Amino acid sequence: MTDANPADNPGERRAAYALVSPAWVAFVVLLAGPSLAVVVLSLTDWQLGAPTMNFIGLGNYEQLFTDRVFWKSFTNTFVYCLVVVPGSVFLGLGLALLIEGATFGRAFYRAAYFLPVTSTLIAMAVVWEFLLHPSVGLINIVLEQVGITGGDWLKNPSRALFTLAGIGIWQSAGLNMVLFMAGLKAIPPDLYEAAEIDGASSVWERFRCVTWPMLGPATLFVTVVSGIRSFQVFDTVEVLTKGGPNKATEVLLYTMYTEAFNFFRTGYGAAITVVFLVVVLALTLLQVKAGEKRTHYG
Amino acid sequence: MRPGGSILGHVLRHAVLLAGLVIMLMPFVWMISTSLKPPNEIFSTKLSLLPTNWAAVENYTKAFTKVPLLRYLLNGVIVTGGIFFLQLVVALPAAYALAKLRFKGRDILFTMVLVGLMIPAQAPAIPRYVMLYEIGLLDSYAALILPFVFSAFGIFLMRQFFKTVPDDLMHAARLDGLGEFEILWRIMLPLAMPAMLAFGVISIVTHWNDFFWPLIVIQTGDLATPPLGTLFFRNEEAGSDFGPLMAGTVVITAPLVLLFLAAQRRFIEGVTLSGMKG
Repeated sequence: MTDANPADNPGERRAAYALVSPAWVAFVVLLAGPSLAVVVLSLTDWQLGAPTMNFIGLGNYEQLFTDRVFWKSFTNTFVYCLVVVPGSVFLGLGLALLIEGATFGRAFYRAAYFLPVTSTLIAMAVVWEFLLHPSVGLINIVLEQVGITGGDWLKNPSRALFTLAGIGIWQSAGLNMVLFMAGLKAIPPDLYEAAEIDGASSVWERFRCVTWPMLGPATLFVTVVSGIRSFQVFDTVEVLTKGGPNKATEVLLYTMYTEAFNFFRTGYGAAITVVFLVVVLALTLLQVKAGEKRTHYG
Repeated sequence: MRPGGSILGHVLRHAVLLAGLVIMLMPFVWMISTSLKPPNEIFSTKLSLLPTNWAAVENYTKAFTKVPLLRYLLNGVIVTGGIFFLQLVVALPAAYALAKLRFKGRDILFTMVLVGLMIPAQAPAIPRYVMLYEIGLLDSYAALILPFVFSAFGIFLMRQFFKTVPDDLMHAARLDGLGEFEILWRIMLPLAMPAMLAFGVISIVTHWNDFFWPLIVIQTGDLATPPLGTLFFRNEEAGSDFGPLMAGTVVITAPLVLLFLAAQRRFIEGVTLSGMKG
């Protein structure tokens, strides 16, 4: 896309400026301005409502690096991602392969597995809280019947984060599934015929020789998208654990939320936001790269 | 992928898919089942999907009277409707200009839209909150709606769509003496319906389910959106009166689930698009 000669048609140009101006104003006031302001605020000691604001340079960041809660929160967020991403990507891939290969019921399965993606996560978190209830929850009752004592899923510090990750996988597998389905549809059917002629007779052989290599770029893309989404985990933490027990489920956005909006340590909260933003932007650039690769193949 | 395989393969495939389905849908099934049961059956370790003594009326009545559930749903409609409408008002003209008109600065503006696509919604939260605090708009519908009026994704999606409309259509309209606003309103808008619907699905699902922002700006119960209302309800019940609580979650999840079941294809397409966007 190149800029056309602006002298071309003054009427068209005037109309264009009038048409884009609301979006431009909204962009500056609501997105660009606040996003830059967050960086500036992170360099101050400001607390909401305080009369004074001092620039303290990288003071907030220095404090972050020595803050045990922040490090706990940072590593927890990564651990959460390291469970949810592989879990939901492999589940999504498996479901996409199983469903696309079926001769009937495809639309039914697709809709049913997709249901958790569109349902209101907060409401479902309240349902999960009930399902995971140590004594009257369905999960422990079922486990009891096969002789396993389920214990407490959300108040056990060594288990709580993984419980939340399980809910994360449940919620996002369907999204990865439909993204993989889009990738599968892009594979030309004659490739399978060609592979068969070349002796790839079993389902596994066809998967190994055709589906997997052709799906490679899509897999990279789905993995990164999944990473970005799970890095933003917040809802289930706020409803189910509030970062506890003993900071076991403290995650980045939750720490940011409590610092900025419960304790009103605005500058410090802004510094956490900047760390969050940097990681998400890095993942997004990876996604753009993966997207380029994908369009190259697809 | 082509369907195929042996009979045993088919049977296995469906067995695995159905078993998985039981686990995926279990929360929904148990939610509905519990919303129909009286307390003694909820607290019993004997598992049964249907209650022996139905308590549906009691549970749902309690859910609707304990907290203003209908009010939460109405707030959800007002907020998601308001956001989507204003997003269109801002995005459609800009998308049309970016796709079809020539003007200086167009490339820069489009780059800004692409940058906007990358910024996660939580990043500008603190300054937005401070702004609303300064102008005294916290705890209002405006606080829930205004921050989301600019949608980079909406502009991007609509621009890609307008790009596919042939230029001849506009040239003909201009020869007939129509201005750019009229072309947008009378010719482009009707054509853009499918793209607007796809964007609508994403916008509505996103903001109906959003919890982070309402949690920050809303204190008053009467202004709660459905997710925030759910939390108020849970806290009110102290998480122990499960029958009415599950009845409440059924009511809160029902609108989107029903909308999804009614328009599956569009939903999945729309959400796939936004997944691509990230």
